[in-house]
Amino acid sequence: MILFIWGVAFTLTGLSFLKDKQKTYEVLIFSIKSLKKLLPTLFGMVFFVGFILTIFPEEKIMMIFNHKGYLGFFLVSLVGAIVTIPGPIAFPLAGALLKMGAPQELLASFISTLTMVGLSSSLLEISYFGKRFTFLRQGSSFISAMLIGLIMGSLL
Amino acid sequence: MSLIELILNTFTNSSQFLIEVFKFFPPILILMGLLEAWIPKDKIETHLGHESGIKGMLFAIILGSAAAGPLFAAFPIAKSLSEKGVRAANTVIFLCSWATIKIPILIMESSYLGIRFSLLRLFVTLPFILLMGLIIERLCQNNGSIFSNDH
Repeated sequence: MILFIWGVAFTLTGLSFLKDKQKTYEVLIFSIKSLKKLLPTLFGMVFFVGFILTIFPEEKIMMIFNHKGYLGFFLVSLVGAIVTIPGPIAFPLAGALLKMGAPQELLASFISTLTMVGLSSSLLEISYFGKRFTFLRQGSSFISAMLIGLIMGSLL
Repeated sequence: MSLIELILNTFTNSSQFLIEVFKFFPPILILMGLLEAWIPKDKIETHLGHESGIKGMLFAIILGSAAAGPLFAAFPIAKSLSEKGVRAANTVIFLCSWATIKIPILIMESSYLGIRFSLLRLFVTLPFILLMGLIIERLCQNNGSIFSNDH
């Protein structure tokens, strides 16, 4: 997946270079500049994720799936919104939770906030789109995630 | 857990994510630059702008879900798309589709939680994504520019 993205970026840069050297040069300068500007936010995000993973280890995440009712939906959505777990780790974890008897509707809410709401990436989102947009997108995603779980509970 | 342990574990856990971030960000920023330089504004506006309607929304969903990479990689791309005239609703739809219903996620999800679970979540989630796009667009319109930090 990651090789594919680098491959596409290299190929397109090559094509762009063949078509217009000056323009491509400007694109690369622009990209390096925006990376430099983002570095503090990116490092902040990285350390935040590390910290959250340290205080919320997998065993603790498993515990919240014991809560029943609306409180359960709220808690799993909240934890999903706070922690950031990359997909290749998150889905095996969700699979393990399912085997241990975690309700599927709670897993649906958890996966929804885990993927759509990101406390750790919110500074980055704000730097691109502003506070208002970020708050609205993440807030509405949080509410949607709980409703998605509730609806799936009635369908499953 | 002692303080020293906390700090050490934070660094260990961060380092894995640090690699993840720097695997994705450089090529994404280059792609964003190329997109900005080469894709004509009027084309994006026709397909994803204010007049694009349902077709534009579908297109935003397809663009978002065909992606690979974490959500934070979508921000620069969504930003340059929006500067090319994509309507706010479609920017939200693109971001949320990228976040939660992109194909790599659906594949991983269905292999661990079953294809039934994954497809059901996909179909339950889709209307919410469209609704969120439309609501956020409406809420942001009252304040002029949708992405400003001043409000």
